[in-house]
Amino acid sequence: MKDVNIRVFILVGLLVSLLIAIFVSPFASSYPDGLEKVAEIKGFLEKGEEWVLWKLSLMPDYSIPGSKNEKIATGLSGFIGTLLVFGVGYGVARLIRSKRS
Amino acid sequence: MHVPDGFVSGGVNAITYIISAGVSVFAVREANKKLGDKQVPLLGVVAAFIFAAQMLNFPVAGGTSGHFLGALLAASLLGPWISCLIMTVVLTIQCLLFADGGLTALGTNIFNMGIIGGVLCYYLLVALKSILPKNKGGYLISVAISSWMSVVLGASACAVELAISGTSPLGIVLPAMASVHVLIGIGEATITTAVVGLVLNTRPDLVGTYSYQDARTFNTMEA
Repeated sequence: MKDVNIRVFILVGLLVSLLIAIFVSPFASSYPDGLEKVAEIKGFLEKGEEWVLWKLSLMPDYSIPGSKNEKIATGLSGFIGTLLVFGVGYGVARLIRSKRS
Repeated sequence: MHVPDGFVSGGVNAITYIISAGVSVFAVREANKKLGDKQVPLLGVVAAFIFAAQMLNFPVAGGTSGHFLGALLAASLLGPWISCLIMTVVLTIQCLLFADGGLTALGTNIFNMGIIGGVLCYYLLVALKSILPKNKGGYLISVAISSWMSVVLGASACAVELAISGTSPLGIVLPAMASVHVLIGIGEATITTAVVGLVLNTRPDLVGTYSYQDARTFNTMEA
């Protein structure tokens, strides 16, 4: 197989990531994760202090404050987050590379 | 296994913040030597994929879910230090924008997932690769085992931190965390091996750990 062009590879990778975040993440399991479940069973869940960031963060728990449709809000916050992580990751990498001595 | 605020004590958080900051500085220096033209956009897209895939919680036993971690995927493609940087970017954005993982616990989360998952388990991958058959199958088995271990070891580190913090006794929290993450790690190994296999079939040159001789001569980052 001929190697895929790097631009095509990156674009397809980004597209797949965005599609996962927008269309698949709203249907992910809503069960507590491993740590949350252990905290619940072993009785230290109430020690969690989410309130500080809960008020400050823009999209707490991958939701959009005030949105009516939870699934759309999850997909939208996933889209924003994925694009932002790509941008920050790419930017950090460019910055690190540009400082080469 | 994102630790929220309040689970881990101030002392533990302070120590992990210092370690994570120190490792990040070192990681930036290493990345500066190793980032080639191809790796700059690759870093971005691997980070984006990890963020998106981490949103996909899959059910495991007993009303519990788990999700992809991605540190070993990043390490197998880009090496340990760039993997650690990717996890730092992902975890910081998750913490600040999505309240996923506490701000006081950010150093702890970077330690558990970026340093143990990305850096330590990279060396596990290197060790396994050196003893397993020197072919694609042997390599993918090394990827599967080390990615599974990244979840189990990260969760075990989390349990130790909870115990040191006085949140839950080690004898209770360690077996509980390890046993559930043994299952979650199967999902991790499945996704990591599938993605690494896919990249090997399309752009084998982007799988940095596939063709190197040993960890010291990890120089596939040349453009």
